[in-house]
Amino acid sequence: MSRTAVIVFAIVVVLFAVSWVAKAVVLSDTSDSGTLDAFLVTVAAFLTLAIYSFLYKDNPYYKFAEHLFVGVSAAFWMCQGFWTTIVGNLLPRLSEGMANWFMQPYQPGGYDLGFLNLSYTVLYWIPVILGLLLLMRLSPKGGWLSRWPLALIIGTTAGLNFVRYLRSDFIVQVSSTFVPLLGQEPHQWQGIGAFFSNFSLDASGQFVALLANWVIFIGVFCGLVYFFFSKEHTGLFGRASRVGIWVLMITFGASFGYTVMGRISLLVGRLTFLFEDWLGLIT
Amino acid sequence: MNNIGIIISLVLIFGGLLWLLIRSIGGHEVDRRVIFLFIFLSVAAPVIFRITFQEKATPVVEALFDRIENLPPGSNVLLSFDFDPAMAPEVQPMANAISRHCLNNGYNVVFMSLWATGQSLMTTTLSRVILPEFPELVDGVDYINIGYKAGNEGVLNVIVSDFRKMFPTDVNSVPLDSTEIFKDIKSCADLDLIIALGGGRPGPKEWVLFVGDPADVPVGVGVAAVVAPQLYPYYPQQIVGILGGVKGAAEYEQELTSHHERFADMDTPGIDMMGPQTLAHVVIMAFIVIGNIVYFRSRGKGGKS
Repeated sequence: MSRTAVIVFAIVVVLFAVSWVAKAVVLSDTSDSGTLDAFLVTVAAFLTLAIYSFLYKDNPYYKFAEHLFVGVSAAFWMCQGFWTTIVGNLLPRLSEGMANWFMQPYQPGGYDLGFLNLSYTVLYWIPVILGLLLLMRLSPKGGWLSRWPLALIIGTTAGLNFVRYLRSDFIVQVSSTFVPLLGQEPHQWQGIGAFFSNFSLDASGQFVALLANWVIFIGVFCGLVYFFFSKEHTGLFGRASRVGIWVLMITFGASFGYTVMGRISLLVGRLTFLFEDWLGLIT
Repeated sequence: MNNIGIIISLVLIFGGLLWLLIRSIGGHEVDRRVIFLFIFLSVAAPVIFRITFQEKATPVVEALFDRIENLPPGSNVLLSFDFDPAMAPEVQPMANAISRHCLNNGYNVVFMSLWATGQSLMTTTLSRVILPEFPELVDGVDYINIGYKAGNEGVLNVIVSDFRKMFPTDVNSVPLDSTEIFKDIKSCADLDLIIALGGGRPGPKEWVLFVGDPADVPVGVGVAAVVAPQLYPYYPQQIVGILGGVKGAAEYEQELTSHHERFADMDTPGIDMMGPQTLAHVVIMAFIVIGNIVYFRSRGKGGKS
């Protein structure tokens, strides 16, 4: 470790201590756990600054904050999964003893198939066994056993998604593209005279509603033409294809604009935290 | 004091941009860290000096607001918190405003999450908004927090036919069967409206695919800006309204404060964020203009394109 790095580290430690003490003094008037709250706010503030220090250049403080985030996230999700699903859903259906041990209400029950009555206790051992088989992936010799539950997961997911996506992302989307080009509720077409006499640029007016439908129609048509490669893109076909490219570019531009807005929101959120919760510059 | 601060900040930012333009035309490159500094200033100044603007709801936001506003009292509404702290600055203001709106109108609200991180953010809404502002409402009767379950789309696939198989208890281990609110709710088909708040996967899109369309339940969404464009094709057939990013949150807050006197003085973090958004966007556009001026000028001189 170089001399400069040691000096920077010492400065960071001193600043952290000063911030903690100063914040604890401020919070002691309003909170019983002022020291702990001050520590948590200071840690959050320094981790925020550590992440943003990457904008200057890569450094060990950024690396530390990044690795801490990944580790804590993984542990958090695992613990939540264990307590909400395994403890909350699985164990109370396997045995009354385990339900009582984890202070969960026992959930007896089952499925009556008429000729066969399957209790939860029997049924829920199947996911337990499959879950344990999944962990066999960690074993050098028994790794192949994990393929069985994995196959079940992939097969079920693919089957479920196929049906849902086919309905919602294909059939309904195609039907949504068939929009009336000459007016719809509450703006039925009543002739060119009525159209111009009621002309308005208001977002809820007839003109904007019609324009939106025409944009959808032309946009979808020309976008599809652009992706039709069995015919050379020349002449009228080529011009439609060019409109299709423009539609795609405008779509990408809108997505980028929204992304910029999202990223700025994150910065606003962090700066609000630093100025309000940590430094107390704003209330 | 605020006005002086705003004026000094604007002079600093736009003076700096002019100086950069002159330097760039002179052939000097702009270090990327200078751009970061300008973005920081353009966001920090409105946060500190509170620059805000009036919002006007766009039709997609108005559609969701009207749908919620016009539900009959006693309707069952589900709010799903499918987001994490990274999305919270954008999505939490929507979650708070919609929670206020639903509870104020006397609906039965079910809170749940498909994200582990959503559960703690849901607790934040409950402890900072619902408990202090609606002390008369009773947990399990007027609203309920059924928490998080792992399983992503699998969770939705179960609750579309039976809530109790996936959520036998609420977050406090109280059996759903013993709660007043779940007396008439067996599955998602018994809900009058679902509001999916999020931006990742599983999120609003999965709610449409796995619950909204199969069970024929109206779905409204409040999403992080990054995914908003991907959801517009579902409006208005499969999604009744969209709050896209902090702009959507600000518009919804404006509608809520103008329609309900009770909320006239409520916190409006969405509206507060539109000041920094506006100034930051102006600075980004200025950099695009500066970049193009320098590019075309260098091309005109026969320089590298």
